[in-house]
Amino acid sequence: MATIRIPTPLRPYTNGQSDLSISGETVGQVLDNLVQQYPALRTHIFNEDGGLRPFVNLFIGEENINDLQGISTPVQDGDRILLIPSIAGGEYPNVADFVP
Amino acid sequence: MDIQTSQNLFQASVTLSSLPTVRSLETLVGNTPLIPLRRVTTHLPATVQVLAKAEWFNPGGSIKDRPALNILRMALAEGKLGGGKRLLDSTSGNMGIAYATFGAALGIPVTLIVPANASPERIAILKALGAELILSDPSEGSDGAIRIARQMAAQHPERYYYANQYDNPANWQAHYCTTGPEIFHQTQGCVTHLVAGLGTSGTLIGAGRYLREVSSGIQLIAVQPSSPFHGLEGLKHMPTAIRPGIFDDSLIDQTIPIETEEAYQMVRRLAREEGLFVGISAGAAAVAAIRVAEQLEGGQVVTIFPDAGYKYLSDKALWAS
Repeated sequence: MATIRIPTPLRPYTNGQSDLSISGETVGQVLDNLVQQYPALRTHIFNEDGGLRPFVNLFIGEENINDLQGISTPVQDGDRILLIPSIAGGEYPNVADFVP
Repeated sequence: MDIQTSQNLFQASVTLSSLPTVRSLETLVGNTPLIPLRRVTTHLPATVQVLAKAEWFNPGGSIKDRPALNILRMALAEGKLGGGKRLLDSTSGNMGIAYATFGAALGIPVTLIVPANASPERIAILKALGAELILSDPSEGSDGAIRIARQMAAQHPERYYYANQYDNPANWQAHYCTTGPEIFHQTQGCVTHLVAGLGTSGTLIGAGRYLREVSSGIQLIAVQPSSPFHGLEGLKHMPTAIRPGIFDDSLIDQTIPIETEEAYQMVRRLAREEGLFVGISAGAAAVAAIRVAEQLEGGQVVTIFPDAGYKYLSDKALWAS
């Protein structure tokens, strides 16, 4: 199980929960399982083609998944995933300080 | 083309002796150009114009120079700043850059609460200008930064002047005194619609309040993200965000929700078809302004382009495709 941190604007769709334990062997599987459990999240995270929306950023620990293997990035038990919107793009060198 | 011809062409538009030497950086704030959109509006009738206020011409690079300078001036006039007291506020970037710019110019130290997912360009600019930065939880967005600023201001009132751009009337008053009159004069009073994004709401409330006074029929149209989770830097989804104290929705005739993806696409079109290299909120404003214009048989739709695209270059998804 990985723990995924839900940003404040999306917590109304997770019954107010900020940290969710979700199973999956890759980031993509974790996200699929997440939106299966909380279907109202789907349109906020994925576009109509099933791809991630362009402003959605995912970090595992200190690493942006775009610098790893994207949604195919393997997830280990106990990994903590941070889901945040881009508010002006970039590599976010400081985001890791806030990974829960 | 020979050099003489080239000089003649330039001198047709610029008289060298008229180039100003300014008294201070602050005098350069405002009086930004109003630029017609041409190639992205070819489907509109000739009787409908869409014009964009090019706010990146401000010395700090964004529309936020106007409210930041006014907030600073008001605080200084009221004795709330000075003697080493630090200006404190939350910001996702442009307001912070404006505070840091004029703080440096006026000798006022600045402390900013910035969500950690602000772009590296913004953080680098703020540091270059000498601002003290406190990064807030990116999961909490701009509202998380607001809460930290409030807490610090309450804990250390002797150390900080809390500028509070969301509740400070000097914010909208800057636009009432400058942005609104400029739009009215630049359109010779013919502006029919003002379309502007909502962040603090200062631009639309201030400029709109002025324009409503001088042109009672004007339509004031707000632009906001279509959902609470979005990538429209600087804009707020008002129904789910901390409501700014200066926001007066009784002034607004219509609100247009914009998807992040359509704003991104418009940013690319403005760069590639108009030569206007602008930021994401400008893309959102342009989408909304064109949507308004498409419903008209005649009119002048003015919108606001808050900043240029330089601070968004590291957003690979924005410039892809």
